[in-house]
Amino acid sequence: MRALLFFAAAVLISPARAQDVTGVLKRDFHARGQAAMDRVEQDALQRVCTKFSDKPPAELARLLESDQMKTVVFPAGSLLGSWKRGESIAQSGRGATWSDPKSAPAGGSCYNCHQLSPQEASYGTIGPSLLRFGRVRGNGPEVEKYVYGKIYNAKAYNLCSQMPRLGQSGTLTEQQIKDLVALLLDPESPVNK
Amino acid sequence: MRLPVILPFLFFLAAPGAFAQDSKREIEKYQRMIADSSPAELYELQGEELWKKPRGPRNVSLERCDLGLGAGVVKGAYARLPRYFKDADRVMDLETRLLHCMTSLQGRSRADATRVTFGTADQASEMEVLSAYVAGQSRGVRLAPGTAHPKEKEVYALGRKLFFYRAGPWDFSCASCHGEPGKRIRMQDLPAMSKPEFARPVVATWPAYRVSTSEMRTMQWRMNDCYRQMRYPEPEFASDATVAIITFLTVNARGEPYRGPGTKR
Repeated sequence: MRALLFFAAAVLISPARAQDVTGVLKRDFHARGQAAMDRVEQDALQRVCTKFSDKPPAELARLLESDQMKTVVFPAGSLLGSWKRGESIAQSGRGATWSDPKSAPAGGSCYNCHQLSPQEASYGTIGPSLLRFGRVRGNGPEVEKYVYGKIYNAKAYNLCSQMPRLGQSGTLTEQQIKDLVALLLDPESPVNK
Repeated sequence: MRLPVILPFLFFLAAPGAFAQDSKREIEKYQRMIADSSPAELYELQGEELWKKPRGPRNVSLERCDLGLGAGVVKGAYARLPRYFKDADRVMDLETRLLHCMTSLQGRSRADATRVTFGTADQASEMEVLSAYVAGQSRGVRLAPGTAHPKEKEVYALGRKLFFYRAGPWDFSCASCHGEPGKRIRMQDLPAMSKPEFARPVVATWPAYRVSTSEMRTMQWRMNDCYRQMRYPEPEFASDATVAIITFLTVNARGEPYRGPGTKR
C-alpha cells in the first residue's frame, strides 16, 4: 500500500502532467523586474495542490508536509522580536511583484487576509481572524515555535493552504518573522490587548 | 483625464483603515450618484471619435473593422466576445480584435498599436477609450461569448486550467483570491469568478472607470494587474493565455445583460 502511494506520488508530481499549462505560460508571459520566468514552473507541492484542487489525499498530504517541514530553519534562542515592528510588517503588502524593487524590504501582507490588531478595521477574510491570538493560544516556547514555523512555511502544517511560504520563499527575513511572532504572542501587542 | 467631480470623493480613499467602511459606503453612494452620467461616458465619446479617425500608414479608420458581426457593425458586438475569428484562426477578446484591426486594416505595426496598452495620467490608451466605446454599444444585450466552435471550447478549457494553476513564489492561482464566495482582501470584496452567480455582475460591468486611479480600465488590464499581484512574470498583451482566462470568465457570466462600462473602486 505504501509503495503504491509513493508510486502515485511520483507520477503526480512529475512535471509532465501540467506541461500544457506551463508551456502556455512560458510562451505567453515574459520576465519583468524581479519576476523571472522560472516563477511559472510548479514545484511538487504546487503540482499536487493544483491536481487535487487543494484537497490532496491525507497520506500524500502528510508525506509532503513533512518534506516542507524540513525547509523550516528555526533560529536558536528566543523567537520573540518586536511587536511594534511586527505591526508595520503586517500592514505592508509590498514585496515580490514585478513593480517592487528587489532591494526594498518586503512586508507580510498579513492584514490582506487576517484580522490582527483591533485598531485596524481594514482587514481581509481569506485567512482566520487572529484577534487575541496569544491570549487564546498561550505564548510558551511551543506556541512560539509553531507560529514561527507557520509563517516560515505554512504548507508544512496544511499542504494546500492559501498562505504564502513567507520564509521559505525568501520574502521575509528571520528577524521579520520574529517580529510577527511578537505581534501575535507578546502580551503587550495590541493583538492581545 | 482628471474629473473635478471626483475630487471630494478621493479624500475618502486616502483615509486609511478605520474609514474603509465609510469609504465603501461613499463609493456606493458615488456609484448611485453617477449612475445616469458616469465618467465612463466621456471615454465612450472619445473612443467613438478615435474609432472614426483615419490612422496608420493606410490612413483609414476602424469603421470597417469586423468585430464578429460583420465589417463596421459595433452595436451588440462586444456582448458576443470573446469568439473565434476565421480570418485570424484564433479566439479573440475585444482588445485582441482591436489590435488585429489596427495591424491588418490600418497597416500599423504591433509595436505601434500596443505602445500604450494601459493608460497613465500623462498618456491615454487607445485600447481603453476604444474598449469603452465598443462595449458601451452592447448595453442591454445579454452576454453570449462563443462556445460552439472547437477552438472556443479548447480556449475555455485552457482558461479554466489557468484559473486554478498554482505557481510563483507565493503559490497563488486566480482561485486563491477568487475561489470562494464571501471573502475579502482588506475591505475589497472578492467575487468567486468560477461561479456564474458571482461572475455575472462583474463581467457585465467591465471595462470600467476606476475611481481610485481616475482611469478607464479593460479586462486585459485586470488580467495584467492580477498576475502582478500574484507575483508572476508579466502576461503578454492580447496573448492566448489572457484571452483564455477572459473567455473562461465571460462564459461563466453568459446570459447576463451587459450594463457597462461600469464604475469601480
